[in-house]
Amino acid sequence: MKLVNAVRSEVTKLTSTRLWWVLAIIMVVYVAFCSGGLAAIFAGVGTRANGPTLPDDQLPRLVYSFATSVGYVFPVLLGALAVTSEFRFQSLTPTFLAQPRRGIVLAGKAITLLIAGAVFGVLALIGSIGAGGGVLAGFGIDTQLATGDIWAFVGRSILAMALWAAIGVGLGTLVPSQVAAIVIVLAFTQFLEPLLRFGASLTDWSAQIAQFLPGSASDALVGGSVFTIASPGGGTGVGLEWWQGGLVLAAIAVVATVIGYVTSWRRDVS
Amino acid sequence: MPSGVPIEFTELTKSFGHVQAVSDLSLTVEPGQVTGFLGPNGAGKTTTLRMLLGLVQPTSGSATFGGTPYSKLDSPLATVGASLEAASFHPGRSARNHLAVYAQAAGLPKTAPDAALEKVGLSGYANRRVGGYSLGMRQRLGLAFALLGDPGVLVLDEPINGLDPEGIKWIRLLLRSMAAEGRTVLISSHLLSEVQQTVDDVVIISHGKLVHRGELSSLDVSDSKQVQVNADDKDRLAEVIRAAGFEVSNLRSGVLVENAEAAVIGRLAFEAGIPLTALSQKRTGLEESFLTLVGEEGSL
Repeated sequence: MKLVNAVRSEVTKLTSTRLWWVLAIIMVVYVAFCSGGLAAIFAGVGTRANGPTLPDDQLPRLVYSFATSVGYVFPVLLGALAVTSEFRFQSLTPTFLAQPRRGIVLAGKAITLLIAGAVFGVLALIGSIGAGGGVLAGFGIDTQLATGDIWAFVGRSILAMALWAAIGVGLGTLVPSQVAAIVIVLAFTQFLEPLLRFGASLTDWSAQIAQFLPGSASDALVGGSVFTIASPGGGTGVGLEWWQGGLVLAAIAVVATVIGYVTSWRRDVS
Repeated sequence: MPSGVPIEFTELTKSFGHVQAVSDLSLTVEPGQVTGFLGPNGAGKTTTLRMLLGLVQPTSGSATFGGTPYSKLDSPLATVGASLEAASFHPGRSARNHLAVYAQAAGLPKTAPDAALEKVGLSGYANRRVGGYSLGMRQRLGLAFALLGDPGVLVLDEPINGLDPEGIKWIRLLLRSMAAEGRTVLISSHLLSEVQQTVDDVVIISHGKLVHRGELSSLDVSDSKQVQVNADDKDRLAEVIRAAGFEVSNLRSGVLVENAEAAVIGRLAFEAGIPLTALSQKRTGLEESFLTLVGEEGSL
């Protein structure tokens, strides 16, 4: 009951400020732009005689996967900000007065952000399938929306986005400074990890390690993205099963949150 | 009507490194009255209250509400209402949502936020973002949070700070009536004069230690009394009083007589045929005693 109350409270927290829908709008526009753009390029190239082409049966999933491959940073940010704003605005004081059992508060926040991440996943997929699928259909390519495979992929993408938001919560507790958390999210997701994945894919042993990077695990869970296909070693079969990818993401979220609980959440609030 | 329980501090101590912010504080705050928790800035008031509310872990000792620590209370907001600083809220959230967040977390009825806003006179601003609130409105919102669960115990840190004169009068009446209903009311302040008209009992700490505990009147311990008196012929007046054996010093308007009663000085002047233009008894006030208690620096 207390946990249910905590989740209700966190849902109100999340929905009663502007942050979530501002992030959601930016995400949907960004994802739609990428999916639509890539669909247009490949479909356009594919209809001409020469140039790099993808088989038409792989293209839709690649296009739709922009929902997670570029969209995942948004649930991470949402999760991280949900925690850091509590530190920044000193709202941990009333929060812990209303529920002194701090573990319940953090669990409530993690559950709420899993839900919010799933909602972000649905919105991002509407963006990628809407824009990308629309373009593909315009070029006369099968959108595969009638196949069960694509809907399993959609389900796994939603799960990935939910887990990303939970990772954001973990990161926020590890790095309570709002500015630092935002910088880390952007630097890691937009720069460091893509670079690491590309570099690691050059040799076999490093690729073995790199498959546990969160982005790789996410791609494994979802089942392919522009990174796995574009990387030199991407097609070599190094990679986790989808459920292993999901477990890696969940483990990262749990470990980060537990460490953050000890290092920041449990501390004196003054 | 929720009844108050006593607040008990037992050998409460908090050290930050080598600094003892609060040392060995033991006292009981009784229901049915308003207790002022006084001390200069940095005396350890806020740290003490945060330990009481489970936000800061004591180094040793304990603080409880009728024997139960805050973190073990069944329904904390319905037992204890607390307001710590005026700025613990997200500026982008409306007052109603701000309160709804905590009412939900505490499992309070849906009507609690609006009822609390009504009590503090913020109903008309319920949907406005808190970021646009004035300091006085933030104080009222902080109080609304404290009243959310209609608790039997109120713990308020500097609740009067930032209120306009009308607000001060209002909060005085509110706190007095809460105490009259049998609730426990503990309010902190660094200014005795701010709470002088509100409190029955005072607890004074300085450098983290309890220095005085008792009824407000117990502070008025000084025997020294002064009389300020003036006449057109100020010099002759001073002469007459000095001749009667009093210690006299010159003020810009009139003279100050040490250890005297106004009646005695008035008679002296009358007998000497000096018409007085002013005569008043001065007492070394509560504030003086307070300053003496909290030490030399008295950074008030």
